[in-house]
Amino acid sequence: MTAALEVAVTRRIGEFELDVAFTVESGITVLFGPSGAGKTLTLALIAGIISPDDGTIAINGEPVTDVARRINVSTQERRIGMVFQDGLLLPHRTVIDNVALAVRQARGRHERRSLARGWLERVGADGWADRRPGSLSGGQRQRVALARGLVGDPALVLLDEPLSSLDSAVRRELRALIRDVLVSSGVPAVVVTHDAEEADELGDAVIEYHDGRVTGRRVVARPDTPAPPSAETDGFGST
Amino acid sequence: MTALVPHSWLNALGIPPWIWNPLSISLRAAAEATIVVAVVGVALGYLLAKGRFPGRGAIETVVSLPMALPPTVVGYFLLTRLGGPGPIRDAEIRLIGHPLTFTFTGIVIAQIVESFPYCLRFSRSAISGVDPRYEQAARTMGLSRVRTALLVTLPLARRGIVAGVAMAFGRALGDFGATMIVSGSVPMATTMPIALYNAVFYGSHQQAIVLALVQIGVALAILLGVSRLGKVRPW
Repeated sequence: MTAALEVAVTRRIGEFELDVAFTVESGITVLFGPSGAGKTLTLALIAGIISPDDGTIAINGEPVTDVARRINVSTQERRIGMVFQDGLLLPHRTVIDNVALAVRQARGRHERRSLARGWLERVGADGWADRRPGSLSGGQRQRVALARGLVGDPALVLLDEPLSSLDSAVRRELRALIRDVLVSSGVPAVVVTHDAEEADELGDAVIEYHDGRVTGRRVVARPDTPAPPSAETDGFGST
Repeated sequence: MTALVPHSWLNALGIPPWIWNPLSISLRAAAEATIVVAVVGVALGYLLAKGRFPGRGAIETVVSLPMALPPTVVGYFLLTRLGGPGPIRDAEIRLIGHPLTFTFTGIVIAQIVESFPYCLRFSRSAISGVDPRYEQAARTMGLSRVRTALLVTLPLARRGIVAGVAMAFGRALGDFGATMIVSGSVPMATTMPIALYNAVFYGSHQQAIVLALVQIGVALAILLGVSRLGKVRPW
């Protein structure tokens, strides 16, 4: 089976050096570790927002980054969805416009908005479709950001600390929603968090980061999930 | 050139030709200059803000030069380039049959050169101030660079861009030195500042006061408009 994501990269920023390798096949994989460990940098490399110094990244077996072969597929062509820490919804656009703009698979405005509305319903945000992001709470914005990350039929969705700016009650509520929506969508996901409880509640597999290195990985026992988590067990580690 | 509004309307409103003719020329020339300045200035402002190429600083310095130069120097340069012997005047004669100096088009060109730096610098600054993470988010949504610029960057920078365009319009409307030298004060290219100068020069102080008050009114309207744009809640 082709891996959803294969990462083996190095990147130096000042004194900090990221040097990681791991593989994700399906389900939700959490990158867990303290702040400054390189988790968000890894997501930025996967998304193509920045380039590695060396290494390769492949999505569904297709290389999107390969420094040696000078392959660097642009961010917009990588078919990834991304949920940022503070949502980063476009403030000058309505909620439905924010989601509809991310639709890649439909051409007409009506079809795009219809798909967007469907995803807003799935995340419980259809009631705010015509509002501007500035009028939403943090939790509401992250629901919309989740819909925006998934509406474009992505091959992979990346979530960068999606709950870190929310209070604990909203976090618990959204954790369950994010897991339900990601599992039901079937889109492989990589979630970054520094919260151990969140890692266990969200993830099927957890990859532990420390100081720019992968220091361990584990599978999360989940009685409600029939199939075992899919992160490859021997295809990761520091390069 | 002056028939922006039928003369019968002006007569009915009691606006004499010595006000309306230069005012309409000023407004029309400034509007045409501002359209060119807005399109080219915002595009170049975007390139300077986002591009990474050698010579960016040199380009910005050269096109900003009219901000620091006396307008008469700009006017003299344009007069000698557009109207003096040389390949530019030869091309003008080949294309339109006469040089651009002492024409309406000539004053539009003078106002473009004079007002361009204001639009460019305001736009570049506003575009540079857009949080790049919004652009990164747009790219992860599948938007190309061009769509990201049109749908994300420019709308987010719109207040600064609109302020720059308004300042450029005001600068074009108020230009005297460059316009005077390029137009030569011929009737079809007499703008409000030139009409005021002529009124003072020929001792028509009543007309001069009225022309000055009209220009003060237009300038106040522009500044109030810019001020309101600055106070509007962005989204």
